[in-house]
Amino acid sequence: MTAALALGDDALVLSHRLGEWAGHAPVLEEEVALANIALDLLGQARVLLSLVGDEDELAYLREERAFRNVQLVEQPNGDFAHTIARQLYFSTYQRLLYEQLAAGDGPFAGLAAKAVKEVAYHQDHSEHWTLRLGDGTDASHERMQDAADALWRFTGELFQPVEGVEVDWQSLHGGWLESVTAVLERATLTLPTGPQSGAWTAGAGRQGIHTEPFGRMLAEMQHLHRSHPGASW
Amino acid sequence: MSSSTEWPLWEVFVRSRRGLSHTHAGSLHAPDAEMALRNARDLYTRRSEGVSIWVVPSAQVTASSPDEKDSFFEPAGDKPYRHPTFYEIPEGVKHL
Repeated sequence: MTAALALGDDALVLSHRLGEWAGHAPVLEEEVALANIALDLLGQARVLLSLVGDEDELAYLREERAFRNVQLVEQPNGDFAHTIARQLYFSTYQRLLYEQLAAGDGPFAGLAAKAVKEVAYHQDHSEHWTLRLGDGTDASHERMQDAADALWRFTGELFQPVEGVEVDWQSLHGGWLESVTAVLERATLTLPTGPQSGAWTAGAGRQGIHTEPFGRMLAEMQHLHRSHPGASW
Repeated sequence: MSSSTEWPLWEVFVRSRRGLSHTHAGSLHAPDAEMALRNARDLYTRRSEGVSIWVVPSAQVTASSPDEKDSFFEPAGDKPYRHPTFYEIPEGVKHL
């Protein structure tokens, strides 16, 4: 079940990253919004990982190299603009992906049909913030542009075909680029010019190769379960 | 946060079901109306509490003053004939 693991790990890891904002978000209302998105993703991760095996074992007892998420979702929260850029890139991808899966009759059609409504809201949330930060003050514009540029090289990996995920990857990429371009333009931002794939870009998360911050994130995510095996509420 | 950078306050009204009125649910901070609506969705409807939301800038709400409480409300106290309590409500009439 390479496919369920890949999609499940994307959701799990991004969920944990968003959860890190709890207690740290710029305002209370936004903290609840991010936690809400994190919980949606956690719900998706639970369904997907349960298709592969025991969800707790998979989340808490796997080593870094066994995770199959794309490198985009493991990138640190950075400033708020980085979190929003990561959300914009990922939720746009996830919405188009789930729309295609929901329209098909593969093993993920049911999950995708339910999750696509959640993800549509995640995309809406990130687009509204991109518009406000990009078309806001000079400082917020600069930070939003920096974030969009910095995470760009992690976006090509999203469109590497995953075995068992029956979608048209080329049209997925086309739709994604169109959507992201339109939002960045409306936000008075410039579409990043760097390459999406090839040398100097990310591309091996699906093979278990991850970036340095991921190990530290996993240590925090897994330490309670590893210190107190079988602990429950 | 200083007051110059603090987001304005919004009052949130949620309609819990079709056929009922919007009811005041609480208030929140947001930079503008669109975001206020989204924050309200996350704060007040995430447990399926509603089917429709209104947000109103708190500054636009004109409220009665506690000082005027007596002249506003007390005269109604001893006029029971204004209350529709002299007939039976037929069974099956909801939300009255």
